[in-house]
Amino acid sequence: MENLIALLIAAPLVGAALLLCGGKRLDRTGHWIGTLLAVASFAVAAVLFTDMLGRATDDRALHQHLFTWIPVGGFHADIAFQLDQLSMTFVLLITGVGSLIHLYSVGYMAHDERRRRFFGYLNLFLAAMLLLVLADNYLLLYVGWEGVGLASYLLIGFWQHKPSAATAAKKAFLVNRVGDVGLSIAIMLLFTTFGTFAFAPVLDAAGTAGSAGEGKVTAIALMLLLAACGKSAQVPLQSWLGDAMEGPTPVSALIHAATMVTAGVYLITRSGALFDAAPAAQTAVVAVGAVTLLFGAIVGCAKDDIKKALAGSTMSQIGYMIMAAGLGPIGYAFAIMHLVTHGFFKAGLFLGAGSVMHGMNDEVDMRRYGGLRKHMPVTFITFGLGYLAIIGFPGLSGFFSKDKIIEAAFAKGGTEGLILGGAALLGAAITAFYMTRVMLMTFFGEKRWDPDEVHPHESPKTMTIPMIVLAFGSVFAGGLFSINEAFVHWLEPVTSLAHGHPPFGATVTTAATVVVLLIGVATAWLMYGRRPVPATAPRGSVLTRAARRDLLQDDFNHVVLVRGGTHLTDTLVRLDHTLVDGAVTGTAVTMGGLSGLLRRLQNGFVRSYAAQMVGGAAVLVAVTLLMRGV
Amino acid sequence: MNPVYYLYLAALLFTIGAAGVLIRRNAIVVFMCIELMLNACNLAFVTFSRLHGNLDGQIIAFFTMVVAAAEVVVGLAIIVTIFRTRHTASVDDASLMKL
Amino acid sequence: MADLSFPLLTCAAALPAVGAVATAALPAARRTAAKWVALLFSVATFALALVIAFRFDPGAKGPFQLTESHAWIADFGVRYELGVDGIAVALIALTALLIPFVILAGWHDADTLEEARPNRRWRPTQGFFALILAVEAMVILSFEATDVFLFYLFFEAMLIPMYFLIGGFGDGASGADEGEAAARRASAAVKFLLYNLAGGLIMLAAVIGLYAVTADQLGTGTFSLQQIVQARASGHLTLGTGTERLLFLGFFFAFAVKAPLWPLHTWLPGAMGESTSPVAVLITAVVDKVGTFAMLRFCLQLFPQASSWATPVILVLALISILYGALLAVAQRDIKRLIAYASISHFGFIILGIFAMTSQGQGGATLYMVNHGISTAALMLVAGFLISRRGSRLIADYGGVQKAAPLLAGTFLVGGLATLSLPGLAPFVSEFLVLVGTFSRYPVIGIIATVGIVLAALYVLVLYQRTMTGPPKDDEVRALPDLRVRELVVVGPLIALLLFLGVYPKPLTDLVNPAVDHTLSVVDKQDPKPEVRVDAVPGHHRAGHPAHHHDAEAAK
Repeated sequence: MENLIALLIAAPLVGAALLLCGGKRLDRTGHWIGTLLAVASFAVAAVLFTDMLGRATDDRALHQHLFTWIPVGGFHADIAFQLDQLSMTFVLLITGVGSLIHLYSVGYMAHDERRRRFFGYLNLFLAAMLLLVLADNYLLLYVGWEGVGLASYLLIGFWQHKPSAATAAKKAFLVNRVGDVGLSIAIMLLFTTFGTFAFAPVLDAAGTAGSAGEGKVTAIALMLLLAACGKSAQVPLQSWLGDAMEGPTPVSALIHAATMVTAGVYLITRSGALFDAAPAAQTAVVAVGAVTLLFGAIVGCAKDDIKKALAGSTMSQIGYMIMAAGLGPIGYAFAIMHLVTHGFFKAGLFLGAGSVMHGMNDEVDMRRYGGLRKHMPVTFITFGLGYLAIIGFPGLSGFFSKDKIIEAAFAKGGTEGLILGGAALLGAAITAFYMTRVMLMTFFGEKRWDPDEVHPHESPKTMTIPMIVLAFGSVFAGGLFSINEAFVHWLEPVTSLAHGHPPFGATVTTAATVVVLLIGVATAWLMYGRRPVPATAPRGSVLTRAARRDLLQDDFNHVVLVRGGTHLTDTLVRLDHTLVDGAVTGTAVTMGGLSGLLRRLQNGFVRSYAAQMVGGAAVLVAVTLLMRGV
Repeated sequence: MNPVYYLYLAALLFTIGAAGVLIRRNAIVVFMCIELMLNACNLAFVTFSRLHGNLDGQIIAFFTMVVAAAEVVVGLAIIVTIFRTRHTASVDDASLMKL
Repeated sequence: MADLSFPLLTCAAALPAVGAVATAALPAARRTAAKWVALLFSVATFALALVIAFRFDPGAKGPFQLTESHAWIADFGVRYELGVDGIAVALIALTALLIPFVILAGWHDADTLEEARPNRRWRPTQGFFALILAVEAMVILSFEATDVFLFYLFFEAMLIPMYFLIGGFGDGASGADEGEAAARRASAAVKFLLYNLAGGLIMLAAVIGLYAVTADQLGTGTFSLQQIVQARASGHLTLGTGTERLLFLGFFFAFAVKAPLWPLHTWLPGAMGESTSPVAVLITAVVDKVGTFAMLRFCLQLFPQASSWATPVILVLALISILYGALLAVAQRDIKRLIAYASISHFGFIILGIFAMTSQGQGGATLYMVNHGISTAALMLVAGFLISRRGSRLIADYGGVQKAAPLLAGTFLVGGLATLSLPGLAPFVSEFLVLVGTFSRYPVIGIIATVGIVLAALYVLVLYQRTMTGPPKDDEVRALPDLRVRELVVVGPLIALLLFLGVYPKPLTDLVNPAVDHTLSVVDKQDPKPEVRVDAVPGHHRAGHPAHHHDAEAAK
């Protein structure tokens, strides 16, 4: 059975190779080949899943060793895969949502002349993401980690003829690289500390590293956190995600909502044993998570671009997950659970947004939408269900997973628990506010578009079917997972499980969650539902304007990094020319001057040469005589 | 007679020749002075041959004569060519060999 | 020891030399024939290099194999001594592999000169390809030579054909008129020559010094690397600390100029920028590798103590090279100069790995030499194809090429991604090994060097964005033709190789590891041990790493 693991990755990888190297012959069938291979990968995952369910709880992990990759001295890296419950969860999410989005893209990209290449990139992404979650050591994970970064780069910049898309792609890759430095250093630290970077031995040894090792383990954990911040768009490396919306919408749904951006959560959960042994690092993790969940939510409130509003929301929801993962064993399982349900409803929301854009001539400004519910009923209903799920409406997916995280945050105990829980509750209120705003501006109210130019229409079946499937997930997944805590117990062998001691009962938390939810929805309705939305954005308060500009983070980057960097490199270029090269050129000039002096002796007069010869001969004779005298 | 006197004579002739090369401008005179220096050398060689009692010096003197003859042939030809083109035989006028 | 069945190593160097003569001898009218003859000889050399690689037995005892040894200048103890270790085999294979691609990529580089002066004695094509083959022969010989004097001879001699290749052939894309371009080319060539000659002369003094010391202490002077290493190990030859350091510096200076190491690097951007791109590949991917290779073979093995003494300074210089090269690459306006500065950054990594004195560092550095050769060749040659289409090296003259020539843009991107060490492509393996190897002994330097990977991403992606993406710059860009068959034949195999060595570098590591272990044993250094003994932890068996058990046993 374990031999099937490689097949999971191989199927989309073959697809990518075929589509990218196949040439024009595949233009007409390429998208179906790509979709089929994604579905094939999902089928293999399903087979592996049923097999895994059939085995005893502690015997579910599979291991496949393909070949030795880099053996140099004590450094030993393998191409080897590990499929346990955590990886399985991700594999199902990636291949499942991935297949749906392939299908959606068949319709969405129907008129793009480079569709074949788009599917090639999507398949490449699937392969890299599966490699990331299936790797059995950190170095192989790193390969997948950068692989998804590459796929993300290619897909964000897919419409390369737009300079903004090319810039956004470059920015995403660069910011991610900063995070990758963290992962690199973490792997090096692992190697020097433990002599290996395979998961099993490292995680087993993490707890027993002793007091001497705690500093090292903390450093490793902090570096892993840096990596997670880059990939999962957490503060302070969050700035790329909003720009990444330049990519085609299916890409935003798959990569920048459902799967790739959650890789940071996977990394932290997978390295749980390391974080558990480093309390200081855990504090950093929850801090990052809490700050980002508020940051993303605030940014999401101010954006008029529907995709950017959703991007802010993604940032915020991943903040929840990171915070949960930072709580330790009381949070890991809930982080993953929220990750899965978020995968469903956020992918669904993005696909819905794509569907709206598809019907509205690629308009993204919500101030030019309005009253679309009559024109796009399927989109409206699926989007609406996703909306109810994300705000945590009781009974839908988001309610179960988010509620558990808030509960776990309070259960952390002490002041820290209160701050985290409070932040999470506040985040829930803001989430309700900005999602209601999106909903109202898009589907309700007066139409703010010109009926002569725009003809909103429902999207084709290839697009609506994935939306419907994802809507089902958004509604039922959370409930299903929570029956007898099935999901938590499924993950328990990998993430271990602990129950905290919340200061007040679960009912109180739930009630509080519902109350803040209602407050958020009501506020949004008062502001955007009761009175008409202006078609051009009002100037807004200082905070609104700052939030529109991603809380000025880009301006900071521009001034400090871009301008400062340009200044530095220009100075260096000058120095290279004047100082480094100048030193050498200076020597050359000095030599040239000396030879100029010597050249005067060569005046071309025969008699002067003769005199020099005679003089020279006389000197030689004199020297010879003197030497003999000595 | 002490053969060393011949060496003094050779040194004197050589000095006259060298001074002539350095001082005179006329190429022909310079040329003759060079011949004078060569012959001074020949005289020295022959003297040494006599002093040491072998024939090496005399053989070299013959070589020198042959080389001198060859040199005269080439040298005069060059001087004549320069004289034809520049209408002067002054060595200072022909200073084109500098960079 | 001496396996005299067949002088494989001599043949590997003689073949391109013969090819050079044959190419040069062809009459002016047969210039197409000259190209094919050159290609044929280079391919045959590659075949021979493969034979060497397969005949070489990595597990065999003794540092050198396939050795040949003949007396040459007996009075000075100079011998014609050849021999290869795993590192040399890998680099010979790299050289022999790249030359056919260089020749193919430069197929039309001499054509413009051909038209410039049509007469029967004018044979630039023959000259161009003969010079390339001559460089190949000398580079291969310097990889093979185990006699210091023999090495020095070819190390210096290769400057002559390189000088003519840089100064004589341009890409006509500098934006200036041909007269000024020729002047700039000439000055770049002279700069190249002067820098390298200066390094070489100082090395010559050290070579003579080495001879004097051996003559003094061993009775008969010798240049033989093996003899000197053995004599030092057995205590017959003891160098005074001061002497050893001076000699080391003499050797190192020459190699640091060739490599090039900051601040001796300024000849490289000029030489690479002004020459045609195949020649630029020849400089950075082939000739410069002799410098780093010689550090491993001669500096470390002849002067182990002095190498340890100089390590801190050299590591800092290498670190400066990495960051400095990358930062300057970001600010370049000329595509080829950008790649040249990127190469300076990469050479910093190689030197860092060599002097980290760990098996990962040196193994990584050796792999880096090979991988950097392939990746730079891919990037530079595609850049050359691009430049030859538009006739300009300036980044600002491009934009939106992707739309007109997607294949060209795609291969350019792959070359760029290899340059920024994307995992899955070969350079990643070597760069990571170098970083780990450095980090395990010098953590701070390792961490700072890691920042280099962000800068690498910056200059590659900026270059790609400015040249390939966006709307097409003008009508000329819109009409750029995509890659031709000949160009695909050049780039395709290189990219395939980058992928293969990125996923399965084991053949290369197997080849290199024993040689690295030998070098480290000569220098008397061992890898630092991990701080936490994982083998003491229960449940470790799950990992099932054979090498790991091996380590654990060694630790006991």
